[in-house]
Amino acid sequence: MSVSRWLLAGAALAGLVAAGSAEAGETFEAVKKKGFVQCGVNNSGLPGFAQVDDKGNWAGLDIDVCRAVAAAVFGDANKVKYTPLSAKERFTALQSKEVDVLSRNSTWTLARDSALGLDFVAVNYYDGQGFMVPKSLGVKSAKELDGASVCVQTGTTTELNLADYFRANNMKYEPVVFETNDELITAFQAGRCDVFTTDQSGLYSSRTKFEKPENWVVLPELISKEPLGPAVRHGDNEWADVVRWSFYAMVEAEELGVTSKNVEEMKKSTNPNIRRLLGVEGELGKGLGLPNDFAAKIIAQVGNYGESFERNLGESTPLKIARGVNALWTKGGLQYAPPFR
Amino acid sequence: MATGEISAASLRPPVAERLGVVGWMRRNLFNSPFDSVLTVILALFLAWALVQLFEWAVLNAVWRAESKQECEAAFRGERGACWALLRARFGQYVYGLYPVEERWRIDLAFVLLIVAMAPLFLRIGINKLLYALGLILVYPILAYTLFLGGRFGLALVETSKWGGLFLTLVIAGVGITASLPLGILLALGRRSRLPVVKALSVAFIELVRGVPLVTVLFMASVMLPLFLPEGVTFDKLLRALVGVSLFSAAYMAEVVRGGLQAIPKGQYEAAAALGLGYWKMMGLIVLPQALRLVIPGIVNTFIGLFKDTSLVLIVGLYDLLGMAQLIIKDPQWLGLATETYLIAAAGFWIFCFGMSRYSMALERRLARGHRR
Repeated sequence: MSVSRWLLAGAALAGLVAAGSAEAGETFEAVKKKGFVQCGVNNSGLPGFAQVDDKGNWAGLDIDVCRAVAAAVFGDANKVKYTPLSAKERFTALQSKEVDVLSRNSTWTLARDSALGLDFVAVNYYDGQGFMVPKSLGVKSAKELDGASVCVQTGTTTELNLADYFRANNMKYEPVVFETNDELITAFQAGRCDVFTTDQSGLYSSRTKFEKPENWVVLPELISKEPLGPAVRHGDNEWADVVRWSFYAMVEAEELGVTSKNVEEMKKSTNPNIRRLLGVEGELGKGLGLPNDFAAKIIAQVGNYGESFERNLGESTPLKIARGVNALWTKGGLQYAPPFR
Repeated sequence: MATGEISAASLRPPVAERLGVVGWMRRNLFNSPFDSVLTVILALFLAWALVQLFEWAVLNAVWRAESKQECEAAFRGERGACWALLRARFGQYVYGLYPVEERWRIDLAFVLLIVAMAPLFLRIGINKLLYALGLILVYPILAYTLFLGGRFGLALVETSKWGGLFLTLVIAGVGITASLPLGILLALGRRSRLPVVKALSVAFIELVRGVPLVTVLFMASVMLPLFLPEGVTFDKLLRALVGVSLFSAAYMAEVVRGGLQAIPKGQYEAAAALGLGYWKMMGLIVLPQALRLVIPGIVNTFIGLFKDTSLVLIVGLYDLLGMAQLIIKDPQWLGLATETYLIAAAGFWIFCFGMSRYSMALERRLARGHRR
């Protein structure tokens, strides 16, 4: 270890290393050289986002982002190695170059985007605080919850958001607070309160633990913003572009109706948008440093965003998460890819 | 006269009510009305709890299903345990994310270990100490090569895919084999007359014992990468192994020191009078006696270490407990927390109980010389 390294170590202790930025193109070159993408994922697993299937393979909405990047760079979605990371070590792992992409249900905030030395490149799931009620209550919207008793975990921002929302809408509520999520679930099922509030994805996965999941509904409203998405090191713009457009290719494909099933036929399509996306026309891949058919590879191997959502979170899974705000912008949601041209 | 009465009474055969199971129960469970009431209440409660448990774990349990939803559908009336989870994911509880087609390597290494250790337990004429030392030096290299692969035509399996009971045993095994010799050295160092050795040993022991294992692991996984030169990354598992070994060595040192202090001064003096040097005195006279005295303490530390291995899950390694938690994150099995934790607990219990029984057997065998 040279003197400068010791100085660097000292700087790290002083907390100055947070700005560990990368030189442009560095990660992309390194990834191409080593032949796989090192992807940081949720170590404790998050149902539907990152989990291990019965063959020991990682699967989920966050995992599909890693696979899409690998498909774009190498034409093979399986060229990914996963590094399970806890919530506390995830950003360090990205800064210390242990991983190339962090796809670990991390919320995009200003502080993280700036001070932590990372760049969020897209939002693959718009989460936010939501409400769940028993079906028998007959409530269709959060606006009808005046006077309800609400089960909420104590000491979380969830509690504060709840208070803000009810005050802003001039409604009254009675909080019933719990220390842990498991206690809360038990109490909610036993009827201690009318409403259960936490992040919407959490509501859905809690619901599968209930005895009769079909008797409970998640209301459509989101009262806070928790945009979850992949992040890369700050300053490495070429790599950021690769990750960003790998994800957007999936969104664009859904909008254009290109699926993993019909992608080969679609290459013969006359629609110029589809021809450009699939690399039949134009040279869009070149600008990113990717093969021209990178999007076609992603769609064939990972599927479009809608397919990925359905496979990991949708009606065919026990989670049964509604598309909601994660629907395409053409269907009233927020998922929107800038044009491929 | 009084003496006569007593001797007559003591000659009479004991009252039947005081003998056997009935007698024992009378003496211990129904000694007074209060005791009797308490006994009945507790017995009823115990019976009720056992019946509930039996119904849940056996009668109403479902063994064959592909998901929790199928389990729910298969319950007749009362909800029971969904042991289908164990059937479906047994391999992952044992081997973690290790590729299915490579799992034979772990089995092979395990069988090799048992075969290689057999001579240590048989009464045959070999130098067991030398044999054990050889084993400790050779086996880890062999096992490491088998597990990791990447040479001799074996496919590479990164340590991030190691997991389950297998990983628990690897960490505990390395921790145990490394911490005993290290602990002995530290204990000797702490009682040494050389000031530098003594100071270093004391400083190490007190520093490591003063922080929780979680902190050590956390430092190793989160802070260490920031201090290392760019491009140099230590394997996560290696970091955890070093952390666990050093940590338990500090505890081991104090246990061994307890044994050293229990050896009478005369033993040291006698050894010195025979003209033995420091290492011979320790190796031939003091340590054999001291270690024998502290077997319960050593095994206690081992058992503690075995259970502490589950802390590696905070640094993203999947030991048995970590794997148990990960498995139920699959939406197919979401919500089976009770089942998965019971499976993990059973795994830990079997090994800890085994160790404790082995230690008792070892004590009995080695204590032979102490019996007069």
